[in-house]
Amino acid sequence: MRPEILSWLIPLPPILSFFLIVLFAHRSNRLSHTIAVGAMLISWALAMSVFILALSVERLGEHPLASSIAWLPTAGTALHIGVLIDPLGAVTLFFVAWTCLAIFVYSVGYHNFGSPRDNEDVPGLPPRAGGIEPMYARFFAFISLFAFGMLTLVVSDNLLTLFIGWEIMGLCSYLLIGFWYAKESARKAMVKAFMTTRVGDVFMLLGLAYLYSVTGTLSYRAIFSGPVLERLAASPSVVAGLSIAGLIGLLLFLGTVGKSAQWPLHVWLPDAMEGPTPVSAMIHAATMVSAGVYLILRFFPLITAGWYEGQALTPTMWVIAAIGAFTALFAATIAVTQNDIKRVLAYSTISQLGYMVAAVGIGAFVAAAFHLITHAFFKALLFLGSGSVIHGVEHGAHATHEHIDANDMRNMGGLRRKMPITFWAFVAGGLALSGFPLVTAGFWSKDEILGHAYETGQVWVFGALVLAALLTALYTGRQITLTFLGGPRSSAAEHARESVPTMTIPLVILAVFAVGAGWLGIADDFPVLGGVLPNWFHAFVGGTLLEEPAATHFNAVPVLASVLAALGGLFLGWLVYRRVRAEQADPLVGPLGPVYTLLQRKYYFDELYSFAFVRPAYWFAETFTSRWLDRVVIDGILHGIGRFALRVGSFLRNVIDLPIINGSGDMVGEGVKRGGRGLRWIQTGRVQFYLVVGLLFAGLVLSYTLAIRP
Amino acid sequence: MEFVASHLLTLILFLPALTAIVILFLPRARVGLIRGVAFAASLVPLGLSIWLWLAYDAAHSGYQFVEQADWYRAVGSSYHLGVDGLSVPMVLLTTLLTPLALLISWSIAENVRSYMALFLMLETGMLGVFLTIDLLLFFVFWEIGLIPMYFLINQWGSANREYASFKFLIYTMAGSLGLLLAIQLIGVASRTFDLQEISVLWSGLREPLTLLGLPITLSVGTVKAIAFWAFVIAFAIKVPIWPFHTWLPDAHTEAPTAGSMILAGVLLKLGAYGFLRLVLPLYPVEAKTYAGALGLLAVLAIIFGAFAAWGQEDFKRLVAYSSVNHMGFVVLGIAAAAYARGTLAAPDAVIALNGAVLQMFNHGLSAAGMFLLVGVIYDRTHTRDLRSFGGLFPLAPVYGGILIFTSMASLGLPGLNGFVSEFLVVRGVWPIFTVYTALAMIGLLVTGAYIMRGVGMVLHGPLNPKWADHSLEINRREIAAIGPLMALMLWIGVWPAWILGVINKTVLHLFG
Repeated sequence: MRPEILSWLIPLPPILSFFLIVLFAHRSNRLSHTIAVGAMLISWALAMSVFILALSVERLGEHPLASSIAWLPTAGTALHIGVLIDPLGAVTLFFVAWTCLAIFVYSVGYHNFGSPRDNEDVPGLPPRAGGIEPMYARFFAFISLFAFGMLTLVVSDNLLTLFIGWEIMGLCSYLLIGFWYAKESARKAMVKAFMTTRVGDVFMLLGLAYLYSVTGTLSYRAIFSGPVLERLAASPSVVAGLSIAGLIGLLLFLGTVGKSAQWPLHVWLPDAMEGPTPVSAMIHAATMVSAGVYLILRFFPLITAGWYEGQALTPTMWVIAAIGAFTALFAATIAVTQNDIKRVLAYSTISQLGYMVAAVGIGAFVAAAFHLITHAFFKALLFLGSGSVIHGVEHGAHATHEHIDANDMRNMGGLRRKMPITFWAFVAGGLALSGFPLVTAGFWSKDEILGHAYETGQVWVFGALVLAALLTALYTGRQITLTFLGGPRSSAAEHARESVPTMTIPLVILAVFAVGAGWLGIADDFPVLGGVLPNWFHAFVGGTLLEEPAATHFNAVPVLASVLAALGGLFLGWLVYRRVRAEQADPLVGPLGPVYTLLQRKYYFDELYSFAFVRPAYWFAETFTSRWLDRVVIDGILHGIGRFALRVGSFLRNVIDLPIINGSGDMVGEGVKRGGRGLRWIQTGRVQFYLVVGLLFAGLVLSYTLAIRP
Repeated sequence: MEFVASHLLTLILFLPALTAIVILFLPRARVGLIRGVAFAASLVPLGLSIWLWLAYDAAHSGYQFVEQADWYRAVGSSYHLGVDGLSVPMVLLTTLLTPLALLISWSIAENVRSYMALFLMLETGMLGVFLTIDLLLFFVFWEIGLIPMYFLINQWGSANREYASFKFLIYTMAGSLGLLLAIQLIGVASRTFDLQEISVLWSGLREPLTLLGLPITLSVGTVKAIAFWAFVIAFAIKVPIWPFHTWLPDAHTEAPTAGSMILAGVLLKLGAYGFLRLVLPLYPVEAKTYAGALGLLAVLAIIFGAFAAWGQEDFKRLVAYSSVNHMGFVVLGIAAAAYARGTLAAPDAVIALNGAVLQMFNHGLSAAGMFLLVGVIYDRTHTRDLRSFGGLFPLAPVYGGILIFTSMASLGLPGLNGFVSEFLVVRGVWPIFTVYTALAMIGLLVTGAYIMRGVGMVLHGPLNPKWADHSLEINRREIAAIGPLMALMLWIGVWPAWILGVINKTVLHLFG
């Protein structure tokens, strides 16, 4: 079959699985996960075949696998949608397929498949004591839809279907973060995630409309042609100081800020921990947040239109670089003080995404893509690992009837003996995250970003990222030490046990990638190692762009900085936290003082947003718009008109109708009646009376004619 | 068959009224029979309009299936029917929603006979507006559509129905007066009520107008200005455009479920249809002059409609306000098209209008679906207060799934229908009214907030123990009523070309 047709098919199995489970299989747990995992396996196989086919294409960037159809008739033409597999798409497809599959398999064990349903469990709350999840089938339906969204986004050849996948993931994250919706915190988190990302999305929609208006198309290949980009970069936009390309780039980037949780829209991601752990892995590694970075990588030609390597950054690039670098550092400081094992990872995700965003901002396309992929592998690994840890500790808590927060690292310790596979996998992920030199993937990708920043003279970006790297290693060292090393600090940790194979096997597979994925992108001029393995990644992914970017040259300063930051941070983390005992305050509380509280409360951003945006907006909705404007002002005017009409009516009746019209009418009637009544006495009906009257009358007439008028 | 084919529009138009008369002669006590006859009979116009849809030739511009007969020759009015790409989707929508609304009306227990008869009369009234191309008939059907709805709200509504139905009637009547005046002026000035003839004559009209031999003469400009504003106000009330919208939340909230479905699904579209059919073609100059103001009101409707929906405690009122929000996009598209006509941005105007017409259809599906779902939960709990729900998802999983699906269509989730039309409007309006488009995004953001609030307060959260042993799940009849709507929402979201192709051709012909 032709590879383009295969690409069309990649997203289909998960969406079919979603509908099959919802319509027919929601009563059977086994059937639902068989369908979901089976569908994902088919998608994975399709994705791998397409990936391999794509590898065999000579100069894939110029001759991508592509096909499209007319979708939307508009005026004289039509909007086309279709699929496109170019180098960037191919490598993204590769990691998405692998991580999604790992997460799907892991979910089977995570939701305690095989255990009986605990009758005290209710839908909407996590199982209390190792019983199977009451909404097991629903979970698999939702993550299937999630995978569909991401795969659609990756194979798209245009911004419109990318946006469709993007928003479907928004819905899935909403549904899955709030999977245990009976928890107040989960309920808040689901709405927060949806609304915060939607802020970015509406800007992105404007960017879409703008781009479509000025180019008449949304497909990448048409937009990223030289003349179109030159025109967009040369014409000024509606906002002063920005070219059209720059403004569209910024609008699209705001979508990334929402989806990839960059400051100032980062607040939703840590709360997204409320969902089941496979969901966290899905959001943090395989899908959502990667989609945001994928978007700016995809639109790299547009964002950097009018900029050439070696020149000063355009305003748009400057904003992107600044937000990325700031977020990388900012989130890392928060991560150091968090005690929830997943929350540390959440902030670390925000921070690592900041690296990628900053890399795009300074024009390091390949480095950003490289870090996106290595990060996806090691972060999926870390999340699934933390889920395994929590599972183990929860098992211990249930066995010992101890009531503790199973997510809190202060209740852990010494788990390396209880959960060896999880431990080693987690260490592999943690070292990759902190950029442990030479062996881990994270080192190579992070080093490439640092090297690029240094080489292009972006000193402040470089400085912020190195500092963030130190903090990253520090909190990773702290996390590994608190969780796995030392002795157990609760009896639950003492009675923890290793997770089932459906959970540990995905961990092992991801660990292999977390270490090995970096070896494909070792710079050619790196001492000793350089050239042993070819820098395949740069050659392949760099081909996505029209002009292949130059590889970063080896420079000792960034490499040394990176090595020192990683080793120093890890060591420091171990040194400070190796002897923490139960109930003891964090060793950093003393030296940091109020700063520690500030960090632990996440710089009070949640409180600030609630005070500055959410509450005023709701007041505006509830009190101003619906109560004052509609009921008091507009309805008031209407009721006023109504009352006025009523008053005019009653005036007409009481002042004109009743006295004058009725009055005169009545007067005629009444007058006649009264006259009649007055004359009644003469109509007696007695003949004698009439004769007397006649006599009198005759007398009167006679007297008149005879006496008065002679 | 020959007769049916040549009188397709007449049959679609009058079969419901005919059925209404038949129903009036059925025995009052045979409720089941009355329901059955009403429902079965309403399927016939649906079948015929599917036929109409399939037989309609999108490539052919102008009216099709035209029927003409003498009606009122003295004043130049005839029985003249025809459809084009603007009316065909509306006819389909009307004939689709009526049987579904009847199906959901099984819960009406009192006075079923009059209810069903009124409902079918209503269908004839609405269809007439879409089908006729004679202005006098247009007005007649416009009014026929109004009266049954008044009685449906007034007789079968909930607590505050007297107020709501009266407000609805007075408001709409206020618009109708101007409409009648405008139609009379046009009729007198061009000596015919036939829309096709008027569109030819109207722009060439130069003679001042003498009314009824009175010594007052009106210049053509004055006549046009009066008629323009009379039309605009009548249609603005019907759509409704902010700030003429306050009848809507009351009427929608108090109406019986089926009434709300039709009210939101079809009646609001009459106003937008009036803009497209009469205001834009007959008054291009005036429309262009005031397009900026119209666009501003549309944006205010989008923003305030969304905020007001967010601030509601009553589930049905929330959905009602969402109509103000969604119809704002229709009007925004119309305003942009009015503004851009004849300029370089004309292709953008066509896209905006495509979006507006599709949004009319889409809103018909999603608003009707949402009201249906509110009605389902109200039937079981007898409350619409969002605060008294909570955690109903496990009690009614199927209902919950359907509610989320329909809400997402209403929210404009890509992949479902609402997105396509809203995207087209935003895309088309952006180059014409850039600032308005940017402001409309506030409304789009808040749309998310009120949908989340509605879904969250009903389905999520800890279970309100009051409902623990109620059976809340949606039943088969209700699923049958919403199923077709859901299928269409998905179909249009995934493959919009089947309907947009038809709309696009006509819009291009009329406004391109």
